[in-house]
Amino acid sequence: MTLQYPLQSLAAHPARLSPAYRSTVKRSPQKPLIPMRHTLSELTGPVYGHETVREHDSDLTIQAKGEPLGERIIVHGHVRDEDGRGVPNVLVELWQANACGRYIHVVDQHPAPLDPNFTGAGRTQSDAAGYYKFVTIKPGAYPWGNHHNAWRPAHIHFSVFGHSFISRLVTQMYFPGDPLFPFDPIFNSVTDEKARARMISSFDLDNTKPEWALCYRFDIVLRGRNATPMETK
Amino acid sequence: MPNQRPDGITPSQTVGPYFKYGLTPNGEYEWNDAFTSNLVTADTSGERIRVEGKVYDGDGAVIPDCMLEIWQADAQGRFSDPQDKRALPNSSFKGFGRVGTDRNGAYAFDTIKPGVVPDPDGKPQAPHILLAVFARGMLLHLYTRIYFDDEAGNAGDPVLALVPADRRATLIARKAGSGNVYTLDVHLQGDQETVFFDV
Repeated sequence: MTLQYPLQSLAAHPARLSPAYRSTVKRSPQKPLIPMRHTLSELTGPVYGHETVREHDSDLTIQAKGEPLGERIIVHGHVRDEDGRGVPNVLVELWQANACGRYIHVVDQHPAPLDPNFTGAGRTQSDAAGYYKFVTIKPGAYPWGNHHNAWRPAHIHFSVFGHSFISRLVTQMYFPGDPLFPFDPIFNSVTDEKARARMISSFDLDNTKPEWALCYRFDIVLRGRNATPMETK
Repeated sequence: MPNQRPDGITPSQTVGPYFKYGLTPNGEYEWNDAFTSNLVTADTSGERIRVEGKVYDGDGAVIPDCMLEIWQADAQGRFSDPQDKRALPNSSFKGFGRVGTDRNGAYAFDTIKPGVVPDPDGKPQAPHILLAVFARGMLLHLYTRIYFDDEAGNAGDPVLALVPADRRATLIARKAGSGNVYTLDVHLQGDQETVFFDV
């Protein structure tokens, strides 16, 4: 299967210079990017063996001696390409704040408690159908210094590899109905409403585990589509 | 599950300031690294090299919270990916590395000099490494390439030829001294802004 990577698909991404998110001002290029044809270097990408992912890496609630505090949740979905096909056997990494909105990162000094039973890091590999699943804790919102009274909506960071180095994606998964959406310059750096909606997980009652955990579905769509039209049958 | 054609790709968002414990812990956090900055395995053939440098913002300040990822061919110019239909790689060399910059904005990769990879017309490209740059303040990562100043093939490289001559130096790592150490700084902005590619 040969995939192509149309540049038009990149229109879903935020502009690199999005001044409402202040840090972009000095960290976005000012000279034009150089267009080029994709060569084998761009069209290939790393492949992982199962040795990269250990057995319990996808369950962030059992990594410590005790159970973390907060609302236990299941986050699952498919990694797909632009044609909707599952992207199999790719590495999916996540990292997040704890239930109080605090990261274990040393730079995060937000006065909310750390949880000794929660690191907030996980990884898994999509299966043959592109499906992945994590068990974690619902992260809290947290303040940041971008502007007066700035708060990030609750989110989980995702890092995903696809079929090629240019389908690489780092994004953030949000939760439905968050009241902070209208005020967050990172979320709103994606200007198209439909594209923003693709970063919001959906509440998944059918896969909620009774007496145990609510479930959210987050499908991730990576660059890459069939070079020839799909057969329909 | 039936495939529904998505209405577009998932938009990118910044890695933010707190990715280190999840993506590049490097012994500072309990989590283990999925990848490191050392790509060389015992059975890797080819010339061992180190590529190092610093990452700067538009004020010329170093960026201590940057993540860099590289992707490259082996010494024979083949990728460790079944999508590369040429000969199979002959070692456990994976061709992928990841590193977080340190407090001085510095990075280093230990790898091998890649071989020659053809362009879509079969023309040889000079040895190069793909570099992706992620950081707080970057909503979407940037792609650039690392070339080597001691490669005669640079003169005929079809990608370097697309770059205005006065900016090519931003893509070419320079060999420092007699060791196999190449230096290349990344400037996200400013007079020395690195050439990034629209891929």
